[in-house]
Amino acid sequence: MKDAFGRPVVVVTGMGLVTSLGQGKGETWAALTAGTSGIRAIRRFPTDGLKTRIAGTVDFVPAEPFCAAQLSENFARLAAEEAVSEAKVGARGNFPGPLFIAVPPVEMEWPQREALAKASGATGDVTYADLLRAAGTGAFKPWHDLFLFGTVADRIADDFGTKGSPISLSTACSSGATAIQLGVEAIRRGETDAALCIGTDGSVQAEALIRFSLLSALSTQNDLPEGASKPFSKNRDGFVMGEGAAALVLESYASAKARGARVLGVISGCGEKGDGFHRTRTSPDGMPAILAMRGAIADAGLTPDDIDYVNAHGTSTPENDKMESMGCMAVMGERMKSVPISSNKSMIGHTLTAAGAVEAVVSLLTLQHQRIPPTINYAMPDPAIPLDVVPNVARDEKVRHVMSNSFGFGGQNTVLLFSGEVTA
Amino acid sequence: MRDVVVTGVGLVSSLGEGFEAHAAALADPACVAVDATTYAPYSVHPAVALELDRQIPKKLDQKQMEPWQRLGTYAAGLALEMAGLKGDKDRLARMQLVVAAGGGERDYAVDGQILTEMPKAANPGVLLNEKLMSELRPTLFLAQLSNLLAGNISIVHGVTGSSRTFMGEEQCGVDAVRIAFERIRSGQVDSMLVGGSYNAERADSLLIFAMGGFLRTGGYTPVDRRGDSPGFILGSGGAFLVLEARETAEARGATILATLAAVESRRSRRASGAVAASLGEALGSACAGAKARPDLVISGATGAAGITDEELSAIGAHLPAAALRITGNRLGHVLEAHFPVGLALGVMSLTSGVFPPAAGSAVERPMAGAPATVAVTSVGHMRGEGVAILNAAS
Repeated sequence: MKDAFGRPVVVVTGMGLVTSLGQGKGETWAALTAGTSGIRAIRRFPTDGLKTRIAGTVDFVPAEPFCAAQLSENFARLAAEEAVSEAKVGARGNFPGPLFIAVPPVEMEWPQREALAKASGATGDVTYADLLRAAGTGAFKPWHDLFLFGTVADRIADDFGTKGSPISLSTACSSGATAIQLGVEAIRRGETDAALCIGTDGSVQAEALIRFSLLSALSTQNDLPEGASKPFSKNRDGFVMGEGAAALVLESYASAKARGARVLGVISGCGEKGDGFHRTRTSPDGMPAILAMRGAIADAGLTPDDIDYVNAHGTSTPENDKMESMGCMAVMGERMKSVPISSNKSMIGHTLTAAGAVEAVVSLLTLQHQRIPPTINYAMPDPAIPLDVVPNVARDEKVRHVMSNSFGFGGQNTVLLFSGEVTA
Repeated sequence: MRDVVVTGVGLVSSLGEGFEAHAAALADPACVAVDATTYAPYSVHPAVALELDRQIPKKLDQKQMEPWQRLGTYAAGLALEMAGLKGDKDRLARMQLVVAAGGGERDYAVDGQILTEMPKAANPGVLLNEKLMSELRPTLFLAQLSNLLAGNISIVHGVTGSSRTFMGEEQCGVDAVRIAFERIRSGQVDSMLVGGSYNAERADSLLIFAMGGFLRTGGYTPVDRRGDSPGFILGSGGAFLVLEARETAEARGATILATLAAVESRRSRRASGAVAASLGEALGSACAGAKARPDLVISGATGAAGITDEELSAIGAHLPAAALRITGNRLGHVLEAHFPVGLALGVMSLTSGVFPPAAGSAVERPMAGAPATVAVTSVGHMRGEGVAILNAAS
């Protein structure tokens, strides 16, 4: 079956989720719709001296060595296992399509630097010359592969037997959405009938947190962690880092139907737009985000009036929520005041590289259950954001089309549209 | 399917910037720029000093970038200039960007301080927090994020159709070119800027490859003669290509430099013989797809043990009559940007003739006349095999 533009319709036949609220989409969905927060005090490293000491860490997945690269890989594997087994596509270890995976830009971490410094035998001031000397001994060989940017994708490709060259990507906080977009495009080009799209992020470690903290991007409301992420509230004071992964099995509708697969939802449109205004701030007129939303709606062959719910980027930073609200208003007009919009990040924090994929799965679950997860911690409305943010309590509502926004540093704006049923 | 053409190429390396400088430098078979002392026992090919103002006019922008981003943003500017698109706001606002990138560099002084003090600290974790909170430059993060090369290109040059960054060492360069190619070919987009950059003069990056035993020690020799100490010599550089649908390029009266006729991207499960087989298949299907037989191969061979011989033997088996040039013999190994750099050299060879064999190479041979079709290969040091076919414009 083709869409309004004569392209193959792209559907989702399997989904997997790991968040601070639990393993598997069942656990996360139950907690999300109950308005439960997964934000807590960080215990995995000392937080003395830090302005932010909370995060939505996933503490139930082991990793050895414990580092962002390995943790991200392990999350991705769990999410992919859930998605692929739900889709029942191909055979175990023989997935019939390519892998697109959003991974955090990993690097060697402090325990490894310390080990190299120690092995170098340097007695005075330690320099990179000492580390290089130790590196050359061959004693640290496994760390080479562990900290390459392409390794997570390579290992997941090996495990699941995806086809072709796996693509690792980063579009900052819209990465997860970009992974899905690449999958949609590949199916629409007719390159493949199926794609495995993943977003994963396990990078809550001291230096990553400090980097965001130095940019004043994080909430510092440490005393009540579960209340810290408060998107759209007047007193929002930054985002809370989160962790997790989401995986989606994308298929052409024709191929899903042919094998009798259960269709969980439709990815009806994708939109994107770059922004050349500033490295971290968005164009003051919000046009790039607006054009990305309009692009996605048009790509789906829909109009703004068709959108029943917006799964917001909703980071809880003063700037994002204001700009996103403004953008939605510009796209939907006055009607936006009554279109429900909510932020999953109020509960699971900002899962960064994974967020776009995590929120895609939540958007599809919203369509499946006809139930909208709330924006929790909404106690102080912001007069500048006159929207229905589904405050604090989940709501049952008829939802046919969901728009999911993802924005990121570096001028990234990616918007996906999900529909409950195939229309063409 | 539409034709995909190259209308602009920006190239920056240890030998200079742009086609003219590269053609001039490469005309001397012995011309290589090598720094064998700074990171001894490892060598690097250092970037030439760039007059940044020419492509990155605002000092503030220059300051916000680390060297890898400056190299890439500069090369992107050169490509747009050659394509006649520099400052063409409307077209640039529609042009889409795919960048192959790694990550940014660290603050070596801060790292050194922390590593020096950590063993003496009562609580190393607390010391780490204090040091990082007080010593790290807040905006350094933005120079480190992988997608901020693309971000800088959007800011400096106004390329804002969309922006995607692929990661994953050599292979992400191949995938970036393939995705750009397929999207244009299939009609999903009309014009794209694709490429990458890499700064080799970085102890933190050398460290990763040193741990893996992939860096050559003992100074420069051609890639094909590194039996005594296999491995690569990293090279600083960057390359970007403007790719367009033929009708888009023709409609705006652009000069077509070459046709990108095929791009193959593969991944073998590495084992002895896997690279030769995978690259052989890639060459076979790229040539079939392009309906052309390359008379020149620009090889991306790294110098790593085993796979370098496999790559050269696959090329020899499939294209026995083609002349060969190895990018690494002249410019070093440019990692994420290595494949785009190979493509840039390929386009250069098509438009202005091929450069002579590198001094000392056992496999590069003189070539009579200009090539009509060039194959560009890539074999990642750990994973991924790729081939692109470029045809002369006319």
